[in-house]
Amino acid sequence: MRILVTVKHTPDLQSQRSFTDGTVTRTADDGTMNELDENAVEAALQIVEAAGEGEVVALTVGGPDAVAAVRKALQLGAHKGVHVSDEAIAGSDVFGTATVIAAAVRKVAEEQQVDLVITGMAALDGLTSMLPTALAAELDWSQLTLASALTVGDGEATIERHLPDAHETVSAPLPAVVSVTDEANKPRYPNFKLIMAARKAEIPVWTLADLGVDASAVGASASRTTVVDASERPPRENRVTVTDTGDAGTQLADFLIEKGLA
Amino acid sequence: MSVAVLIDHRSGDVTRPSLEALTLARGLGSPVAVWLGDAPSADAVAQLGEYGAAEVRVAEVGDEARHPAKAAAAIATATEDSSVVIVISTFVTKEIVTRLAVLTGAGVVVDAAGAELVDGKVETFQTVFAATWNVRTRIDAERAIVGVRPNTTQASPAEAPGAATVVAVAVELPEARERIVSVEPVPQEDGVPLSEAPVVVSGGRGTGGDYTLVAEFAELLGGAVGASRDATDEGWISHEHMVGQTGTTVTPALYVACGISGAVHHRGGMQASGTIVCINMDPDAPIFEISDFGVVGSLFDVIPQAIERIKARRAG
Repeated sequence: MRILVTVKHTPDLQSQRSFTDGTVTRTADDGTMNELDENAVEAALQIVEAAGEGEVVALTVGGPDAVAAVRKALQLGAHKGVHVSDEAIAGSDVFGTATVIAAAVRKVAEEQQVDLVITGMAALDGLTSMLPTALAAELDWSQLTLASALTVGDGEATIERHLPDAHETVSAPLPAVVSVTDEANKPRYPNFKLIMAARKAEIPVWTLADLGVDASAVGASASRTTVVDASERPPRENRVTVTDTGDAGTQLADFLIEKGLA
Repeated sequence: MSVAVLIDHRSGDVTRPSLEALTLARGLGSPVAVWLGDAPSADAVAQLGEYGAAEVRVAEVGDEARHPAKAAAAIATATEDSSVVIVISTFVTKEIVTRLAVLTGAGVVVDAAGAELVDGKVETFQTVFAATWNVRTRIDAERAIVGVRPNTTQASPAEAPGAATVVAVAVELPEARERIVSVEPVPQEDGVPLSEAPVVVSGGRGTGGDYTLVAEFAELLGGAVGASRDATDEGWISHEHMVGQTGTTVTPALYVACGISGAVHHRGGMQASGTIVCINMDPDAPIFEISDFGVVGSLFDVIPQAIERIKARRAG
């Protein structure tokens, strides 16, 4: 079983996040691996561990700092890492990103077949959740998304999908693109030995030329959308905080009534 | 310009977000309703007409619509002449519109709070980073797909409501690799679903697992019950109630957080709400920073008193 896990370098949720020239500002200092990708790494490790054989390859796309996300995946137990980096990728929309990742998956598969790509359910910066679907379409693989449980066997993957109206069980033949939710598992903590090994691990950097992707097919110029304005929202004005000394419930009710909300 | 709206329906009824989406569509062009599943009732068709749909294009695909790629193929056929497609943004429709964009080359923005035409192009607005930033995006592609969040447009009937014509759309569905083995319906609670509710009252760790007061307050205010991740992890309430970045994102006119500290994951799912009220014992809880009205105190004291006051004022 060979599994590729996509990991994304995103700004730390607790940091001051911002935009620069219409794209998310990413810096080495406050960046980390997208938290929800930890569930993807965990899912991949559990499958390989249960099978007693296999390999987990962590892949990221992004500027020089993005390698931090791959190192985090290695700390958790991924066996290998790949970093796709090319200035021409900057500003890609989800379809350009899917083109790049699909090409990287095919290149990883050249050395040995890839059975599964596992992703997180969303990146906590953009939160669009569109990449897994776009990637499945681009690869023309099975699409098993929003899995809260995942099992693999007999050339097939089966997931449980908790949607607001129904709980679905969906099966599909491998190879497949699977996205897992934060309900799927509890990610492990990195161990010291792996932290030391991850620090020294050699992570190959692939460019668009290495992947055989035409630079004009990706990046800001190929993007179907453009961020034309981004501004920080002002804090809420006229905030009121009261400490309950016996009548705060009444004050709260009066506030709601005055606002026409109760 | 034809603007297609994918109608969300439950038990045959048109949901309120669909009426909001039709209202938004009227600002962009001439709305056309797209209906997947079993054929709509005459009442549903009349209502869609009232909100401005000239046509209701029906693709009777039944449960096949559960496959994102099949739903996308059906919508692509039904919207060939539409340069804009609007859907209600959910985890499921995001998958469908991604497939649709792969088929049509459209540019996509999901989780939008609104859209308008600027120099012939669709521009959307939305909040990002746990609703701390406003972003405006232009869709450059010739075709545009916009996923809008519930409660971001005030639904209103068209000034000149028409009678919508039903048009059956013949669709050829692609083969799917995926096999849906089972579909177990989630029992739907009475009242408005969390994502669409105009008022949400949520309880967290501070409830200690007792949702009686939270539910009573929600009912009084005509709202739905939400919860924090802490509470669903504890098993106090089912996952469907979780408000947050990986649960349901809500944008009600009023959000009441009871015994919720306001971790960033939770804030991301509710920070764009109209008015935010919180009740928490800990004055340093981050929820106070984003609340219009905060009470430092026990929800077990504050909620009953607020309920009593509101009831008294309504009676008087």
